[in-house]
Amino acid sequence: MLSFVDSVQEAVAGVKDGSTVMIGGFGNAGQPFELIDALLECGATDLTVVNNNAGQGDQGLALLIKEGRVRKMICSFPRQSDSWHFDAKYKAGQIELELVPQGNLAERIRAAGAGIGGFFTPTGYGTMLAEGKETRIIDGRGQVFETPIHADVALIKALKADGVGNLVYRKTARNFGPIMAAAAKHTIVQVSEIVPTGALDPENIVTPGIYVTSIVRIDSSGAAAAGADLKGQVA
Amino acid sequence: MSLVETSIQTSETPLGRDDLARMVARDIAPGSFVNLGIGQPTLVSNYLKPEQNITLHTENGMLGMGPVATGDQIDGDLINAGKIPVTELPGASYFHHADSFAIMRGGHLDICVLGAFQVSATGDLANWHTGAPDAIPAVGGAMDLATGAKDVFVMMTLLTREGASKIVEACTYPLTGVGCVTRVYTDKAVFLTGPDGVRVRETFGCTLEDLQKLVPVPLTAAPAVEH
Repeated sequence: MLSFVDSVQEAVAGVKDGSTVMIGGFGNAGQPFELIDALLECGATDLTVVNNNAGQGDQGLALLIKEGRVRKMICSFPRQSDSWHFDAKYKAGQIELELVPQGNLAERIRAAGAGIGGFFTPTGYGTMLAEGKETRIIDGRGQVFETPIHADVALIKALKADGVGNLVYRKTARNFGPIMAAAAKHTIVQVSEIVPTGALDPENIVTPGIYVTSIVRIDSSGAAAAGADLKGQVA
Repeated sequence: MSLVETSIQTSETPLGRDDLARMVARDIAPGSFVNLGIGQPTLVSNYLKPEQNITLHTENGMLGMGPVATGDQIDGDLINAGKIPVTELPGASYFHHADSFAIMRGGHLDICVLGAFQVSATGDLANWHTGAPDAIPAVGGAMDLATGAKDVFVMMTLLTREGASKIVEACTYPLTGVGCVTRVYTDKAVFLTGPDGVRVRETFGCTLEDLQKLVPVPLTAAPAVEH
């Protein structure tokens, strides 16, 4: 059941300790900073976080890691010039890391949303990231069995939503948003704009509203803005 | 001059990074779809000519990537795999991450150009992890690119700072992909790798004999005219 909420706090209120949380974004593009800040504020802990990276600088996911709220990271590229909070936790043995080649990460997320029980992929075959995994030779190529990654919650950022939760994104900020939306039980989306149902061209919808649970509008100053005018038509 | 004509040595001196990037750009067939890895390979984009009609792919969900953005062009929602703001060209398209990696894995990219720590005689690639116990491993899209593109070109210096060849019998660093590299562009030579061993297309500032003293795998000449 889709809901439009007035605050990011309300949007993440249901996130429980021990949850697996997918967070969209590649670098800062598409990273839902306001929702992550609310997750930090709400106190949920012992989280498994799925993101391409493991936080940059002193904001967003990096702060969640710094505060010790992330038990495990599933990501492709944790090491960056400004990933000091992850680096410190990792070196202190205070965070678990499951390192996944980026395309396998994306496809495992996609598989979860698509109800696929796993797949064979050539990526990673013969490398240390395939150790302990089932392999087969298919069409003459070595391939590795990879399993889906499901999540309790996805926090993503889109450009616009309409009244039924259809989403469109902006440029390379799309990245993991559409596949995470499908892979999580509850998909919470922050958008810059909520438009009336019918205002988005159905041919150009990227994420159909069926995948979306909650929407919160963040105005350009970063503050949550009420979407009261739309609540009526969604109820 | 006779030296150049009768051997595979095509330059009196080793090639600098920009000369090498210019050569890689020249070798990319017109109309190709190409992914340029982070670091030295990005230099190649400076030398692609409009008439080559090359389409650049970036792993974070775009085809038709343009040059690095400057001034008012900078847009936080439009970045490349190195998280640098870039621009879009007419005909550009955006897609999500699973589609972007399906483009790689599905064999739709003609060429990717990557950096490397080591390349083996049979084209194994090591470029993501030193394997040092205190190193934080980070793979990103390297394994997907190495496995997916039809041709994998490597750009690197031939020797490490300590003078060891980065072309090796077998990689000692953790592998990125097995038997995936088809060509290696270095400051001293261009190598073709594959099941037949390592062939040398051309050398820069050294002869094949000089090169053989540096590289611990058997080298044979493969003049460019044959390819």
